[in-house]
Amino acid sequence: MSDTLSKIEKRTAYILILPAVFLVFSIILFPIFANVWISFKEVGLKDIRIPEPRAKKIVKSIKDNPDQLKVTYKLRNSSLILEIRDVKFQDKLPKNIKPINLDERCSFKSNKIYCEFGNWKAKYKENFQILLQSLDGKQINKKELKTIKPKLTGKSDNILLNTNFTLKNFKKVFFQNEFFDLLSTTFYYTFFGTIGSIVFGILTAQLVNQKFFGRTFMRSVLLFPYVGPVVALAYTWELLLDPYSGTLNNLLMNFQVIQEPLNLLGQKYLVINFFGFDLKLRLALTTVIIFEIWRYFPLAFLFILARLQAVPKELYEAAEVDGAGPLQKFTNITLPQITAVISILFMIRFIWNFNKFEDIFLLTGGASGTRTLPINVYEQGFTISDIGMGSAVSIVIVALLLLFMFVYFKLIGKRADEN
Amino acid sequence: MKTKSLIYYALISSIFLFSLVSIWKILVTLQGVELKNFNFVIIITSGIAISLLNLLIGERLNYLIKSTFFALIFTFVDGYIVQVMPIWYNIGIFAILMFFSFKINKYNQKYLASEHSSQIVVFDFLTLFGIVLFSFVILFPFYMMLITSFKTQAALLINPLDFSINFNQDFKELFKSYFVIFDTYKFGRYILISTFVSVGTVIVTLVFAIPAAYAVARLNFFGKNFLSTSILIIYMFPAIVLVIPLYTVFSQLGLRNSVSGLLIVYTATTLPVAIYMLQGYFKSIPKELEEAAIMDKLNWFGIIIKIILPLSIPAISSVALYVFMIAWNEFLFSLMFLDNPNSFTLSRAIQYLSGDAETPRQYLMAGSVVVTIPVLLIFVYFEKYLVSGLTAGSVKG
Repeated sequence: MSDTLSKIEKRTAYILILPAVFLVFSIILFPIFANVWISFKEVGLKDIRIPEPRAKKIVKSIKDNPDQLKVTYKLRNSSLILEIRDVKFQDKLPKNIKPINLDERCSFKSNKIYCEFGNWKAKYKENFQILLQSLDGKQINKKELKTIKPKLTGKSDNILLNTNFTLKNFKKVFFQNEFFDLLSTTFYYTFFGTIGSIVFGILTAQLVNQKFFGRTFMRSVLLFPYVGPVVALAYTWELLLDPYSGTLNNLLMNFQVIQEPLNLLGQKYLVINFFGFDLKLRLALTTVIIFEIWRYFPLAFLFILARLQAVPKELYEAAEVDGAGPLQKFTNITLPQITAVISILFMIRFIWNFNKFEDIFLLTGGASGTRTLPINVYEQGFTISDIGMGSAVSIVIVALLLLFMFVYFKLIGKRADEN
Repeated sequence: MKTKSLIYYALISSIFLFSLVSIWKILVTLQGVELKNFNFVIIITSGIAISLLNLLIGERLNYLIKSTFFALIFTFVDGYIVQVMPIWYNIGIFAILMFFSFKINKYNQKYLASEHSSQIVVFDFLTLFGIVLFSFVILFPFYMMLITSFKTQAALLINPLDFSINFNQDFKELFKSYFVIFDTYKFGRYILISTFVSVGTVIVTLVFAIPAAYAVARLNFFGKNFLSTSILIIYMFPAIVLVIPLYTVFSQLGLRNSVSGLLIVYTATTLPVAIYMLQGYFKSIPKELEEAAIMDKLNWFGIIIKIILPLSIPAISSVALYVFMIAWNEFLFSLMFLDNPNSFTLSRAIQYLSGDAETPRQYLMAGSVVVTIPVLLIFVYFEKYLVSGLTAGSVKG
């Protein structure tokens, strides 16, 4: 009895999860595997269109001969690169009409013209003509003839499905793509963005954890950058930071903080003279990191605040009795209580920042030293139109990501063992 | 009274005063008033003077009189330095000084002599400072977005610092950017598409996620643990690595440039987090209810509809809102999949607008306001649900 029940339970479970699993599999897991496949191929953006045989039908009447019509089919291979094999053609004629001077590749059977055109090379073009003769002496209806569309079929290689593999893409990724520059920029961006958002998250959580007038309002406001649409926020910042008509530069110049406008998003390095030493600051990258911190510290804030509110008040009261000051309370009670949350946040934010695309894309488009790996995926795939190369960069990202996750789960596992 | 506490108190309070006054000056400058200097030295000095005087006077004067006295003196000194200013500038300064004096009123000589007083002073002012500064830094871009959408190209070029709005002009003139983006750039259509995609994503996601989450939460089946860990791992995979394969496959299937293609992708990317959030909630529903239902010969479908759903309205709404916001704000896939202006979402439409360097920035900002306002309204109105959702499952973003 219980056996059958558990069988039913299992079957139900599979029925319930199957749709979700199927969808996630086909849209998320399949593409990750497909990336591996594509990354070993030489595929350009234009190659992914499947070649099609096409025909445009033009009907013309012939002078002095109303019983006859000339039909021209402009045939072509839609692809500029790939061949189409075994092209077959079929077109229907209205009743009582017969083709004359029919091409030898074709035959006429029960009102239909069948042709076999064989193989069409890439860019293939042909003007194929047929003369039509009316059998009953009536004039042929041009309109009716025009509305019937010819059918064409053919076989072609899908460049994605053949088995020509190459290591070219990976060679390019590692040796011709300023790979280490990319990697270091990505790590800079990720690391400082993560640290910054956590530090501001701690500060703001500590702030909101106190009682003051307008506290709930403050909590909502702090989350605005995180819930706002990235497109709107990025363009607002772009206007704000514009070197000539931007508010920030004009304000700073107005109050004589700076003399010359700073191109915060368009300048790679800012040289700062520091006691006779020239320090080179990566200006655009720093600006992008600041935007990143501004946008994502609310998440850290939320997590840390939730944790802070769970800290028992007695701990603080006891510490006060023992004569601890605010700083001691923070370092001895608050910090130990939130380290677990911070370590989780660090990993999560690290992984997400590592893959951040939209923010940099919208602010700088990857120019002025802000090209990270995700930006490079887009550039390779859609600006340079090299799909294979873009996939190869994606694979590098996935590999690094798996590495991070491995480390992450190792650490989490350790922590779980300790407790 | 300890010297260290005294120095900390005087310095940090005057720095706080300086930042308050500076932010006020920035806001005033943005109303087109010419103001060229923060007067760092003078304000810091007078801040120190006021805080020390506050200690000296102590409780010998009623605090209201004391504050008014400080505020008046400062306002006059400041007014003398900055010269001719609109009267509302001085009123603002007066208000800031009143606020400041109220805040420092609680510090007296006895207070500063107590243990840890220097730390407490620093913490107190850092809190105030933090509140003011964070509110300013966060709200300013939103403020700028809104104001810019009401300006004209010419006004923006003449004085980029002038954020004042002329309310005396015609309604049509004031909202011109909005009329333009709706008339010329078809934003009405994009709003419809965005709404359709987002609401569609919410519905489809819930239809797929509720049964799956129920199975994960309640039923025993082979591979259950594997499934629940893989949900999290899958969730960590970023959109950028899916883009190229999905682009190629969708191109070949003819799903690119179609709203349904977008719907499929959004659903798939939000499903893991939806399942994760829901199953956590379903587990907290007492099992006894379902056991009673099984006695009543209800099948699984009946259990989900009649018992689980009514009990998990809060969790479902928070998932729904969260998914809605992800879909509404999504940019990467709409950039990749849509290149026909007839099927743009709002985000994609704004990005398309900005691609043309000739597009006046006020149109861009009007578009940004249009895409931002619904999300912020939903967020503020349903904050309770959303915050719990964000903390429960959200690692995305």
